[in-house]
Amino acid sequence: MSIYEKMMSIDRRVLFVLIALSVVIPLLKPLLLPVNVTKEVKHLYEFVDKLKPGDVVLLSLDYDPSTMAECQPMAISILRQCFSKGIKVIVTSLARPEGLGTAEMALTQAAQEYHKKNGNDYVFLGYKPNAAAVILAMGENFRLAFPNDYYGTSIEDIPMMKGIKNYRDIKILVTISGSGIIDTWVIYAGGRYGVPVGAGVTAVMATDYYKYLQSGQLVGLLGGLKGAAEYEKLIKHPDMATKGMDGQNMAHLLIVFFIIIGNIGYFLGKRAKGIKGR
Amino acid sequence: MRRQIPLAITLVGGVVMIIQYFIPHQISQEIYRGSLDWLMIIAGFTMVLGIGSLVIHHTDKLKHHREGWGYSLVTLAGLAVMSIVGLIWGMAGDKPFMQIFIYAQNPIQATMFSLLAFFIASAAYRAFRARSFVATLLLLSAIIVMIGRVPIGAKIWSPIRLVSDWLLDYPNMVAKRAIGLGVGLGMISTALKIILGIERSYLGGVK
Repeated sequence: MSIYEKMMSIDRRVLFVLIALSVVIPLLKPLLLPVNVTKEVKHLYEFVDKLKPGDVVLLSLDYDPSTMAECQPMAISILRQCFSKGIKVIVTSLARPEGLGTAEMALTQAAQEYHKKNGNDYVFLGYKPNAAAVILAMGENFRLAFPNDYYGTSIEDIPMMKGIKNYRDIKILVTISGSGIIDTWVIYAGGRYGVPVGAGVTAVMATDYYKYLQSGQLVGLLGGLKGAAEYEKLIKHPDMATKGMDGQNMAHLLIVFFIIIGNIGYFLGKRAKGIKGR
Repeated sequence: MRRQIPLAITLVGGVVMIIQYFIPHQISQEIYRGSLDWLMIIAGFTMVLGIGSLVIHHTDKLKHHREGWGYSLVTLAGLAVMSIVGLIWGMAGDKPFMQIFIYAQNPIQATMFSLLAFFIASAAYRAFRARSFVATLLLLSAIIVMIGRVPIGAKIWSPIRLVSDWLLDYPNMVAKRAIGLGVGLGMISTALKIILGIERSYLGGVK
């Protein structure tokens, strides 16, 4: 095997080990490179930041454990921002039933940090199947979709829900998602009921939603771990996403390095064959 | 009759829902709210149907010892354990249901998804070759966005962030919007075909 062929066919196990090291080493010994804030993240932060104490935000945590590495830091950051400003939060989880667990974990963590009480400062409505129908029903009345909260308490008995009927009573809805449910929120809640929508998505999904930013259908967009790290920077509470960025830096660099190596091998090999063929 | 009645329901339901969207009258709103109730009820039944199908499928596999029956056993055991634990102790807070979720399901699902990083790295290394002009464009765009989106990119070459943002804001968005418009038009035409009874495959048994 020539050197060029070797450059094009490095054993995948070598790649796997190097990728693992590129993620693990920066986690143990962080570089803490500064994170630049993009306009789409800043817009969402500023929208929430302008809200007054007592205003209500609907936060839909539409992801499950598979995407929680990227989505959970976003959810916790937005909850921290809301709780620190005295903004009340209604939480749902409509994409998958497994999302209930991750949503409750995020909510419990943030609520404990800011000593917020269930029913007074936040409400966890939980999951119902058929997200489109639930989103439309909440536009008419939250009680139509969720007569009780996740813990079984009637909505009528929850102090925070007094005077809150539908989307007209909330200032913004933010969906943190690992699935395509954002389209449903934008079309049904944003389009039909005119509620401002913000979103947080995994990095691979982010490119799909720039069209909604440009058209104004999304207030702001958090893309992947980077988006979460930017939000942590804006709320001045660096946490898991900020720590994870170093690993992502190294992993991206490593992948690009191997792509370049593979292409050098490809071109040199092609050239060598051409010379031989003459 | 088995075909005519569902087709008639679809036609009437579809036309009524289109009309009510554009007429904000009280009667139209009542119809809308009623239809939402129906939707929620039907969605509840789909869950029952889904779980029923899952149990029947895996029980059958288990009974006949078909290939992979061990996985069916794990699936059914998981379903049974989580249902029983949830029904007895409830689901919230520090209950066993949540503990199983945090210490079993959570790491399993997170691990499965994390493996993607390794496969993507390996696939990118093997597949990204500048074999043609289009492939070279794709390769360069991917490298710019990958490096431009992480903080180290600005350390290497500061304008890369601007180039990466431009790629996302313009070429990417134009392509996505074109696809979105195509999908939207396709959805409208399919919906009209279903409402008018031209597209009948959802009834089953029709080619």
